[in-house]
Amino acid sequence: MKFAIQINEGPFTHQAADTAYQFTKAALENGHEIFRVFFYHDGVNNGTMYGVPPQDDRNVQALWSDLAEKHDLDLVVCVAAAQRRGIMDEDEAKRHGKGASNIAPKFRISGLGQLIEAGIQAERLMVFGD
Amino acid sequence: MSVTKKFTYINRKAPYGSVYALESLEVVLIGAAFEQEVQLVFVDDGVYQLTKGQSTDGIGMKNFSKTYAALGDYDVNQIYVCEQSLADRGLTLDDLQALTYEDEDDDWAEKSSMNLVNREQLADLISDADVLLNF
Amino acid sequence: MSTLHTVNKSPFERNSLDTCLLLIKNDSTVLLIEDGVAGALQNTTASQSISDAMGEGVKFAVLGEDLNARGLSADRVIDGISVVDYAGFVQLAVDHDNVQNWL
Repeated sequence: MKFAIQINEGPFTHQAADTAYQFTKAALENGHEIFRVFFYHDGVNNGTMYGVPPQDDRNVQALWSDLAEKHDLDLVVCVAAAQRRGIMDEDEAKRHGKGASNIAPKFRISGLGQLIEAGIQAERLMVFGD
Repeated sequence: MSVTKKFTYINRKAPYGSVYALESLEVVLIGAAFEQEVQLVFVDDGVYQLTKGQSTDGIGMKNFSKTYAALGDYDVNQIYVCEQSLADRGLTLDDLQALTYEDEDDDWAEKSSMNLVNREQLADLISDADVLLNF
Repeated sequence: MSTLHTVNKSPFERNSLDTCLLLIKNDSTVLLIEDGVAGALQNTTASQSISDAMGEGVKFAVLGEDLNARGLSADRVIDGISVVDYAGFVQLAVDHDNVQNWL
């Protein structure tokens, strides 16, 4: 089955990104396909490069980047939500005159259309949030 | 895209206390370009999103309530409001904006987009949706 | 279409489980996850509404990993609620026609 995953909340404050990660991992391990993982609302904060959580706990961003690397996942951070919350890639940073980009490896910034497309192309959309 | 799916948005939260009402509306507007079938459901505190006369100067936040009135122009004209959620909150349909659309199959006659529904009808809406979006 | 409903909030924190059960069709399944696992326990003020829904044919499941995380053993779960793992969660999504994620 082809899944689309929507994550509405940021790392650590809610379990959403963790549950989504465990679900995604289980889906992949059982032979299913992940069409896209779309980060919306505070979920964009899962894609920040500068988090340094305590060593004895999971690094939510790194878990997603690593999973994406291993399985060639499409991790999309919504541009509108990202602009509100200060997540930028090189293009966005340049366009808005910000010092540097802070988007984590394997995440890309794109529009809300990517979420709608995921809803159309996937067989199931799973929403993880608050 | 040749596939047409029924996209049903479930709105259960009041506006302004959290960002979900605003940002879910932004999904609806972008989604309009994809020519899918769109249904908006307002249940629980979601009914507050549609109240008339919202004035946000005092709280310093952007008043986005006018955007609901524009939904008809985006071919979003299936608005379902839970009548029990209204009643529980001491509200009636009169307290809400009367959203409309222009029916191109009927000489652009202005028609109401609003549907007051009971729980059984809402259960059917959820059961029949292809894609359910929650915020 | 048969729907998989997920509920991630405790019935003592939010009305999501209540609303879910008011708007559910009898061929659906409810999976309790995250803080929602609180709704799966016997002898709570929420247990009756779950039993009533089960009586109407609604199936219930609870995510074992979230029960364990909260120190809640499987033997405290209402009879008839199956304990599943993440693979089971995925399978439930596959087996139903659509998914409603109550937040």
